[in-house]
Order: sequence, then C-alpha cells, then structure tokens
Amino acid sequence: MNPIPRLFRRTRRYSDIDISVNEHIEERTDELIAEGLPRKQAEQTARREFGNVALLQQRSREQWQWPALESLLADLKFTLRRLRKSPGFGITVLLTLAIGIGANTAVFSVIDGVLLKPLPYPQPNELVSLWLDAPGAPGLANFQNGLRLSPSMYFTFSENNHSFQSLGVFVPNTANVTGIAQPEEVHTLLITDGILQTLAIPPALGRWLSHDDQDPHAAKRVILSYGYWQRRFGSDSSVIGRSLQIDSQTCEIVGVMPRGFRVVDRDFDMLVPLQFDRAHVKLAGFGYDGIGRLKPGISTAQANSDVARLVETWMHTFTNGPGTNPFYYRLWRISPAFRSLKQQVIGSVTNVLWVVMATVGLVMMIACVNIANLLLVRADSRQHELSIRAALGAGRMRIARELLIESLFLGLTGGILAIGVAYAGLRLLVAFGPANLPRLSEVTIDTRSLLFTLAVSIVSGLLFGSIPALKYAHARAAAAVSANRTVSASRTRQRSRNVLVVVQVSMALVLLVSALLMIRTFASMRKVDPGFSDPAHLETLVVYLPDLLVTDPIVVTHVQNEIAEKIAAIPGVTSVGFSAAVPMEGNDPNWDEMSVEGKVYPGGEPPMLFFNYVSPGYFSTMGTAVAAGREYSWDDVFGLRNNIIISENFARENWGSASAAVGKRIRQFKSMPWQVIIGVVQDVRHNGVNEKAPETIYWPAMLQSPYTHEPTIDGPRSVTFVVRSKRAGSEALVADIQRAVGSVNANVPIANPATMQDIYAKSMARTSFTLTMLAIAGAMALLLGIIGIYGVISYAVSQRTREIGIRLALGAQKAELKWMFVRSALVLTIAGVAIGIIGAAALTQSMKSLLFGISPLDPLTYLTVPFILVAAAALASYLPARRAAGVNPVEALRVD
Amino acid sequence: MSRNSDNRDLFPGALEIMILQSLRHKPMHGYALVKHIQQVSDDLLQVEEGSLYPALQRMLREGLLQSEEGVSAKGRPTRIYRVTNAGIKHLERELSSFGKMFDGITRVLAFSQS
Repeated sequence: MNPIPRLFRRTRRYSDIDISVNEHIEERTDELIAEGLPRKQAEQTARREFGNVALLQQRSREQWQWPALESLLADLKFTLRRLRKSPGFGITVLLTLAIGIGANTAVFSVIDGVLLKPLPYPQPNELVSLWLDAPGAPGLANFQNGLRLSPSMYFTFSENNHSFQSLGVFVPNTANVTGIAQPEEVHTLLITDGILQTLAIPPALGRWLSHDDQDPHAAKRVILSYGYWQRRFGSDSSVIGRSLQIDSQTCEIVGVMPRGFRVVDRDFDMLVPLQFDRAHVKLAGFGYDGIGRLKPGISTAQANSDVARLVETWMHTFTNGPGTNPFYYRLWRISPAFRSLKQQVIGSVTNVLWVVMATVGLVMMIACVNIANLLLVRADSRQHELSIRAALGAGRMRIARELLIESLFLGLTGGILAIGVAYAGLRLLVAFGPANLPRLSEVTIDTRSLLFTLAVSIVSGLLFGSIPALKYAHARAAAAVSANRTVSASRTRQRSRNVLVVVQVSMALVLLVSALLMIRTFASMRKVDPGFSDPAHLETLVVYLPDLLVTDPIVVTHVQNEIAEKIAAIPGVTSVGFSAAVPMEGNDPNWDEMSVEGKVYPGGEPPMLFFNYVSPGYFSTMGTAVAAGREYSWDDVFGLRNNIIISENFARENWGSASAAVGKRIRQFKSMPWQVIIGVVQDVRHNGVNEKAPETIYWPAMLQSPYTHEPTIDGPRSVTFVVRSKRAGSEALVADIQRAVGSVNANVPIANPATMQDIYAKSMARTSFTLTMLAIAGAMALLLGIIGIYGVISYAVSQRTREIGIRLALGAQKAELKWMFVRSALVLTIAGVAIGIIGAAALTQSMKSLLFGISPLDPLTYLTVPFILVAAAALASYLPARRAAGVNPVEALRVD
Repeated sequence: MSRNSDNRDLFPGALEIMILQSLRHKPMHGYALVKHIQQVSDDLLQVEEGSLYPALQRMLREGLLQSEEGVSAKGRPTRIYRVTNAGIKHLERELSSFGKMFDGITRVLAFSQS
C-alpha cells in the first residue's frame, strides 16, 4: 500500500478501532447484565476480561504505522514542547554547543586541510623533498632542516639516480617586469627541468618548460601563474608566444599554469627556468630546494641509499675551483635525508595545530560536562513524572531513549548552529593564525568538516545525554510516586554531579596551566633583546638591481648609496641604511667559514659563520648597539679597505671581550687578505627571539668576492633598506620612498614594504597565536568551571533548604553553615586540582617545543593556577552558601 | 517490515483462517466474530481480544478484509468486517496448504501409533 495516502486515512482507521473496541466491551457488558450482574460490576468485568484497552488499541493502530519511527517522532515532539517551556535552558545549551562544536569544526577544518589531506598533486605519496644531512659540517647546526642541494648536486643526482621518475630544484626569487605598465616587482620561481614533471600538473595553456629551456644559451622562456595571467593579461589566451621584459631581458611566454597551482607551498607569478652552466657550476652553493617523484614501489629509504652512493660521484665530478680540495666535503658526512613532501610542507605547525585541537576538544568536553549537569538537574525535577511513567509500565529503555533523544536533538541543533560559528571561526583563525601557516588556501569547510560536525554533535549529545539517561532509566517506580519527602538530597543524586565538577575542574586546570605557560613564554620572549630597537619606527623595503639594469657591481653600490641619500632627505626620516638581510625574515644571505689569525682549529677547518652585508649607517638606523669600535663609513666601502665588523658573541668567544677584538684580524680563505676588525656590534637574534643569536660576520656592502678566481668586486644586488622615521608604516612614507628610488632609476620598483615591528610580530606569530587560542580556551574553561561549581552548590542548597532549616532551628551557626557548603565545593575543587596537575604535567610535555625560557613544569604556573581555581571555587560556592545561611527556619520547615 | 509480534493462536495463520472462514460465511463485527468462533467450536477455541483486533487491522491493511460502518444487534454504531475477493483467494490458498499440513501431521501421528 502506498504509504502517503495511508497516512491520511489513518485517523479514520483509528476511530474505527476505537468504535469497534467500545462496541465490543459494551456488548459484553450487556451480556453480563443479562446474566444477572449489576451494571457497574458488569462493566468492570467486561473491561477486565478484555485486558489493557489502551495497549490493544495501540497494537491495532501500529498495524498502520512505522512504530519505531513514529514513537521517535512523538518523543521528539515532546522534547520540543518541553524545551519551549524553558527557553533559558534551551538557549544556554544551544549557545554553548554552537560555540563549542563550531570551534572544533573550525580547527578540524584547518587540521584536515593542512595536515590530513594529501597534497594536491597526482600520486602525492610518491613525492619527496630532497634534503641532506651533514652532521660534520661545522656551524651547520644552525640550518634547522639540514642541507639543501647545490646545482652540481642537481646534475649529479638527476643524471645518475635509479629511484626517481624525475627530480629538480627550485629557488624563489623576485624579478622586475617592465614594459607592461608601471615597472613591477613580481615573485618568480626559478625551476630546473624535473620540477613540473615531478608535480605532474598539466598547464592550462601552452606547454611546460622543457629540458632545452634550461640551456644557458637558449632563448629565455617563462610560464605565467593563472593569477598573474588574469591580472596582467585579462585571461587572454593569445598570450602564448608573446614577450615580456623581465629584469631587462626579453622572455617569451610559453605557458600558463592552472588556477591554484603552487610549487610545493609557494605561490608565484612566473616560473623561470634555472639555466645553470654545467661546465662552470661548483660543488658549493647549497641553496636550492629539491623535490622528486619516486618510481612506483620505491621507498624513501631506498632512494636515500641510492643517492648516498652518488655523493662520492658528485665530489669526483665537480670542484670548487683550482687549488681547492673537492673531498673536503667528506668531513661533512653528507647523506640524503629525504622526507615525504607533505611532511616538509607542514613543517613545524603540526604541533601548534594539535595543541589547539586538543584545547578546543577539552573545552568542548567541559561544556558537555556542564550541559550534563544541567540535564541532571532537569531530569531531577522530572523524577516524579518519570517514576509515574515507570509505574505505568514504561520500560527502562523507553525512558532512557526519551532522555537521549532530548540530548541528541540538542546536540544536532547545536551542530547546525555550529556550522555558522565554524565559518566565522575559520575566518578568525586564518586572520590570526601563524602567518606562515602552510596550505592555508586549501582550508575550507567541506563535506569532511561537516561530517566531523555531525560526529561531534552526536558524540557530545550521547556524552552529556547518557549520564542522566543511565541514571534515570533506573529510577524505581516505588521510590518515586511517594513524593520527594526526604529532608536532604540523596547521596547518589548528588554524587554524579560532584564527579562532573571534579572532572571539569581538572580539565580547566590543564587548560589554564597551558595558557599560563604560553603567557610566560611570550613574556620571556618579549624580554629578549632582539638586537634592534623601537621596531615600530623602522620601515623596511626591498630594492633589487638586476644584472641587465646595472651591469657593473661598483655602480650597483653607488646606486644603492644614492638611493639611501635620497631617502634620507625625505622629511621625517632620521636615518637610513641597508643590508642583504634584516633579522627575523628567514633570509640568510650566506654562510661560510672564517678563521681567526693565530688560532688552530681541531680538524683543520674553521667553523661556518653567518654572513651579512651591510651599509654605513645600518646599525645606527636599526638601533643595534656598537659595543666597541665603529660602523663602516662610505670611505671604508668604496676604498675596499679590508675592514670588518663582527658580532659580540664571536668577539667574546675568541678574544674574551668586545673591545679586545678591535684591531684583530680574520680571513675567509687562505687566498684572501686578512680583514681588520674595526667594530663589534651587539648580538642580533637573526632567526627569531627564541633562537640563539648566530655568530655573525658583517661584510661591507661592497667587497672583493672570495668566490672567483680573478679578483672581482661584488656586493648584494637585492638589499633591504631600513628607514628610521616617525612616519614608518604609513602609505605616504612608502610613496615618498618609491619617488626617491624612482628619481635615481625609474625602472627600479620597491617591494615588500613592512615595518620592522610587523616582521618582529610575524616571527612571534606562532607563539602569540597559540597563546591567544589557549588564553581564550582557558578563560572559557574557567568560566564554565565557575558556572559548574556555582550550579552544583546552589542546587544542593535549594535541595537541602529543609535540612538547613532544621539545623538552624537546632542552633547551628550561620558561619558554620556557609562554611559547610564552601567546604564541599573546595573539597571537589582540590580533588579536581590534584587530578588536573597530574594530567597537566603529562600533557604539557607535548608543548615543549612551543615553550621558550620556561620548563613545562614551571613551578610558578603550577602554584598560580590551583590558587586561581580554588579562589574561583570559593567565590562560586560562597554566593549560594550565603543564601543557605539566610534561610528562615520557620519558613523552610513550613514548605509543604 | 516485521509484523510478527502478533500472537497468532494455535499456530501461525490459524486465527487468520478462522476469521476469513467465519467472515466468508457472514460479515460480522468484532464481538460477534468472537462469539461465533466460540460457539462453532463448542467453546474449544477462545479468541483473545488482544490478538483479534490487531489481526483484523493487519488483514484490513493487506486488503483481505473490508470494513464498513454498521450497527450492532443493540443498535450501537460499530464496524462490520467483510471478506474481499483477495481475502477469499488467500483463504483458499491457505486452506489447501493447511489441509496438506494437516494430512501430513495425521499420517505421522498414525505411523508412530501403529
């Protein structure tokens, strides 16, 4: 039978059944009366014989129903009606759930997008990142990830390996594009053959760069990103074959990559072929990121051992130039440490994200506990009703089901609301998240997130619903119907709420401890002197002078000098300087060895040191204190006077103090002249405040290159200008600077304007993000905990009013009564604190890598948090306790 | 959908056969049906009301019966049940399989007695 009309015809059927049954009973009554029974007795007998009329009618109706579903619907209707009667309860619970589940969904979406989903390339599990390990390289410990590849390694590995389908290297760069409109700086990625083959994403238009394009003598060809193609060419498909002026060089456009295509995690405007000259590449130059696609069935370990044997081949094939020993690198013990590309992309955020996920998970659990508590109170007030229903024959399952339906309904409705919260939360996360959060573009609320929301809604619904359901399904009919006349609350009733409070306090403690640890970390990071001062008034921007624009390196330095002078003349600018790299930007201009005159090095090799290249006035502009000696002057720079500036830690290590170092001599290679130390500057935390300041050699902005055979003058072509001004951070200043730069050379754009404060804050983003998340979670947990304690105590007070009345009548002191309630709250809190401390001690171990300057068992934190919790519990219980003491015994005892 | 919760007296289908057979003889209301079966079986079979009404509803749903408004002997409104053509066909099918089963049982019982 068709189910739909059946539904409509049902009402008639139901009345048919009732009519039939009534007739039946009446006929039997008539019969019994005819047999001589009085009417009343006859009616009773007829009914008794017939049995349970209601049940029978129900059974008969069920023939027309889907009983399971319909009784569910009936329960649901009942739930809705009850919720409508207490909107305060409903709104509280739904809001709590919406926020709790929403936060979880948002964080899950991030974790899913960043950590769990495979990379957006075909067969992503074949992709590996080509990093090397070099435990013997002095000073290399500073490279956090190990050693990258050099061009000669690229040739050796790509030509001789047996384990890769393809491999290649790339390096991010910038280029000046001229000839379209304004000169513009674009982000390029220089790639070798093998990169596109490895990633295996076909172009949207045109073709890939080919093997032939990386011939240094071939015509220059480039591929555009989808975004750049849209922006600059209005998605014109005739762009293929057209030419662009890139760094003053004519380049042909051969392809456009599809929307969303990135190389590993790098966005770019253009892909430009790396054109290494195979005949002239050296062993060194370990600055290239390598990726490769393994042959099917080859493991990373197999690839490691395959390439390990090629390290020898590499040293046999290439050299660092005449007079150098290619087997020097044996000391470095170079070995491949390839890792899955995904692991490489995700990097260090894994820890942060899981900590945040655990945090919001904990808050959700606390919220569930609170809701469970509310539901318990609610179910308690229904005790009477539930008992009557049990007495009338409702099974345990039936009652448990109804309670569970209520909580599931709450859970699911909360889940639906949570989707909105999650959208908002995700925007917040993306806005406040660590700036370098990888794969951010892949984070969305998708089916997986929605399934997660559904799962969380159901699980939390079951979680907070099962506690009252388990309890009240056992409500015995007998105890019940006789009204609630016991004087004090039964122990079992209070006990489950007490356990919930203990659980809640312990979870709140874990969160508060984590939050406080992060706050202390942040504080100790803020206390570290980064090696520069007042970063809010330092504007930084990058200026790049490509080969073809300014050929002579000496002229490059002169142009840079001229630009510095023009900027210095801008109103409101106090001072100007530039360097190859400013601190905390993740940019290392160079690392190489440096030997101190008269010092004997174990193993014969001096350690590698961090090199930067600076202009006169750079240190005074940055606010980096000169500890001894002086800064460079332009005469030092242009005079090539073999003067050098070093960092204080390097001075102290070698000569005991900064002042003792001035006048001493160091040199890079034996073939190079000695450099006289003219200045020692304060240590700079180049890699962020939480990393040690590297021992640094500051070369002048122009110098004799140590890397060429014939004497050559060299200097950095891409430099960051630092400008100290009260106007730093304003658009107007940047515009003034652009005009100043343009007045020197109209074809030179400026890039990446940012204040030093921005850069500083960005380098702390991971910490401040974790801190914010944990602080919010900790505050929520504390608030929920206070509400929990308050709720339990005030309910206990209301349940025990009569008992209090009796106590007062018998002469109990009010202070004692108050203390009785506060004490019970404190006992629960202390139990929770004890459990929480154990939990926190265990859980915060996983936060170790996020902490700075304090231990995960920081005693101050572990003293403060319990104190806060106990104080909060005392307050939360004192309020209802005061109410208890205010009870008027006469009235209390008069109640029913 | 499982609807076997109905307690069918004797063995599955027996109550149904008796209802169909009785109603084929003459359309009746519920109480009359109980009385009829009781009388015809000389009080050997007592139909439980708890089974009868759900069974009637089920047979209505399956289209074996029709119900119509009517009045009882005492003039009170009630519902009269009548067998449909489908019901008669069903009854005949059931009767023949019932007959076969009964034959089988009789033979087996006769065998063990001899």
